[in-house]
Amino acid sequence: MFNPFKRTQYVELNITDQIQDRPLEKCPRCKEILLKKELIQNLKVCPKCNYHFRLGAWERIQMLVDENSFQELNGDLFSTNILDFPSYQEKLNEAQIKTGLNEAVITGKGLIMGKMAMICVMDSNFMMASMGTVVGEKICQAAEIALAERLPLIAFTASGGARMQEGIFSLMQMAKTSALIKKIDEAGLLYITVLTDPTTGGVTASFASLGDIIIAEPGALIGFAGPRVIEQTIGQKLPDGFQRSEFLLEKGFVDLIVPRNKLKETIAELLAMH
Amino acid sequence: MLPFEHELEALIKKIRDLEEFSIKHNIDLTNEINLLKAKEKDIRKKLYSEIAPYERIQLARAINRPNTMDYINNIFTNFIELHGDRLFRDDLSIVGGIAKINEQPVTVIGHRKGRDTKDNIKYNFGMPHPEGYRKALRLMKQAEKFKRPIVTFIDTPGAFPGIGAEERGQGEAIAKNLMEMSVLKVPVIAILIGEGGSGGALALAVSDRFIMLENAVYSVISAEGCASILFKDASRAREAAEALKITAQDMAKFGIADEIVGEPPGGAHRDPKLVIDRVKNSICRFLAELKELSVDELLNQRFERYRRINASNLTL
Repeated sequence: MFNPFKRTQYVELNITDQIQDRPLEKCPRCKEILLKKELIQNLKVCPKCNYHFRLGAWERIQMLVDENSFQELNGDLFSTNILDFPSYQEKLNEAQIKTGLNEAVITGKGLIMGKMAMICVMDSNFMMASMGTVVGEKICQAAEIALAERLPLIAFTASGGARMQEGIFSLMQMAKTSALIKKIDEAGLLYITVLTDPTTGGVTASFASLGDIIIAEPGALIGFAGPRVIEQTIGQKLPDGFQRSEFLLEKGFVDLIVPRNKLKETIAELLAMH
Repeated sequence: MLPFEHELEALIKKIRDLEEFSIKHNIDLTNEINLLKAKEKDIRKKLYSEIAPYERIQLARAINRPNTMDYINNIFTNFIELHGDRLFRDDLSIVGGIAKINEQPVTVIGHRKGRDTKDNIKYNFGMPHPEGYRKALRLMKQAEKFKRPIVTFIDTPGAFPGIGAEERGQGEAIAKNLMEMSVLKVPVIAILIGEGGSGGALALAVSDRFIMLENAVYSVISAEGCASILFKDASRAREAAEALKITAQDMAKFGIADEIVGEPPGGAHRDPKLVIDRVKNSICRFLAELKELSVDELLNQRFERYRRINASNLTL
C-alpha cells in the first residue's frame, strides 16, 4: 500500500554554520547582544528578558519530538500559482530557496516523550506562514491520519493570515480545516494548539482557536486583525501588551502560557492524561 | 450613479436638455436627439456587458442596493426578529430571526447595512463584533433544534477590526461558526447579495448551497487592502481586484457558487423587485432539493463541498 509517510532524516540544523555566519544576535526586545551559541542552547529564548525568538519548523520539531521518531507527511507537496497571480510564483520560489521548505507547514507523526502524536508546525519564515491551499490540505490530511489511527493532533500555529495570492481558495481553507477539526472533536480525540508568535488572521479565525487545550508561548502576538489595521481603523494607538499571549490569557482565550523550556514536558503530561 | 457611470449620466442629461429645449423653443431636434440616443444605447451596452471586477465592487457596495432587510421583508412573511448572543450584547450589524417562506418556518440571518450614515453607524457598516457571530450561531443551533432550514444573507466588508472585537475573541467567534456550521443537521442556503468580505462573510456562509448575485464579490481581502500590502500602493486596487478573482463568474467557475442570480443592467438597485423575486425562486428551489436528502447525505455533501475545494489543483 502507498505509504504517505517518509522517515525523515534529521535536517542538520547546522548550528556551527549559523554561529560562524553571525556569532552574535541582538534581542529584538531588550536589545541585549547575545552569543548565538548560548541563545541556541537556551532554546532561542533571551536569557535577559525571556523574549521567545521565532523558530523555524524543523527547529521546533527537533525541540519537541523524541530523537529520530519524526516521520514527515506530504513533505513534497508544493503550491502552484492557481490564479496566475502577479509575482506569486517568484515569491514561492524565493521562500523555498530561503527556507529549504516546500511550504509553510510541516506535518508528520512523532513521539513526544514516548507518546505518538500527529504534529503540524507552521514556519513564519515561509511567506509569513500564510495559509493557502497546500497549507490547508496538509493540515487536513494530518487530521485525517489522526482520525484513522486515533492519534492526538497537535498544531503549532504561526501565520500572517490567508495567502492573498490564492484569493478565495485561501479563504476556503478556513472552512475546510475547521470542518476537519470538528471530526476530530466528534471522534473524541485530543486536539492541542500551541499559538506562537505571530498567529493572526485566517489561521486564528479557524483551526488555531479550536483546540481542546490552547497553549500560548510567552509574549506571542495573537489576534484576528493585525495591530496596524486596527490602529488605522480606530485612529488611536493600541495599549502596550495588546493582543499578546498574556492579554489573551486574561481575556479567557488561551488555557495556559508555557515557556519554551517547559513546553515538551507540558505537552507530554497532557498527552498522558488523555 | 456610480463613478464609472459618469459618462452615461452626462449623456442622459444632455438628451433631456435637448428635448426640453426643442419643446420650449419649438425647434425640431429629432435627428440630433436620435443620434445621441443611439450613442447612449451603445455606451450602455458597452458599460454593462463587460463590467470590470473593480466596477463590480462599486456596484456591490452601492448604498441603494437591496440589502438584507429588503430581502427579508419581501421574500418572507411573519418575520420575528430575535436579539442577542446571551453573553454580551445584541450586535446590530447582524440581524436574525424566524420567518416563513411558502408557509414553511425558516431561520433567517444576515449582515445588516444602512441606507444613510446614521443607520450605517448604528449597524457598524455591516461589520460584526464577536457577539454578532455568536448571536448567529445561537440562532442556527435553535434552528437545528426545531428542524428549520437556515437562510443567510451575506453582505459585509469584513469582521470589525477593533479593540473590543479582539478582547472578546473575534478569531474564536468566527472559527467556532465555521466549525459548528459544518455539522448543522438542517439545510443551510447562503446568498451573497453584495460584499463578501473574507472571514467576516464566511462565518455566515458555510452552506449546502451558495447563491451569488451577478455583481456581488467574494474576496479573502479587500482590493484596496491587497493593493496596499502586495503592491505597496492602495490606488492600484483595480489591478488587485482583477488578480484576486472575486466575481460571481469566477466563483461559479471555481465551483464555489452554485448559481448566479442575474441583475438588470446597472445593478440590482435598478429593479430591486425583479432581483428579490429571482432570489426567492432560487431559495425555494434549493429548499425543495435539499429537503429530499437525509441528514447523513446532507452532512456528507456539505463536508465534501469544503474538503474537496481545489484539491484537484494540487501537485501531489
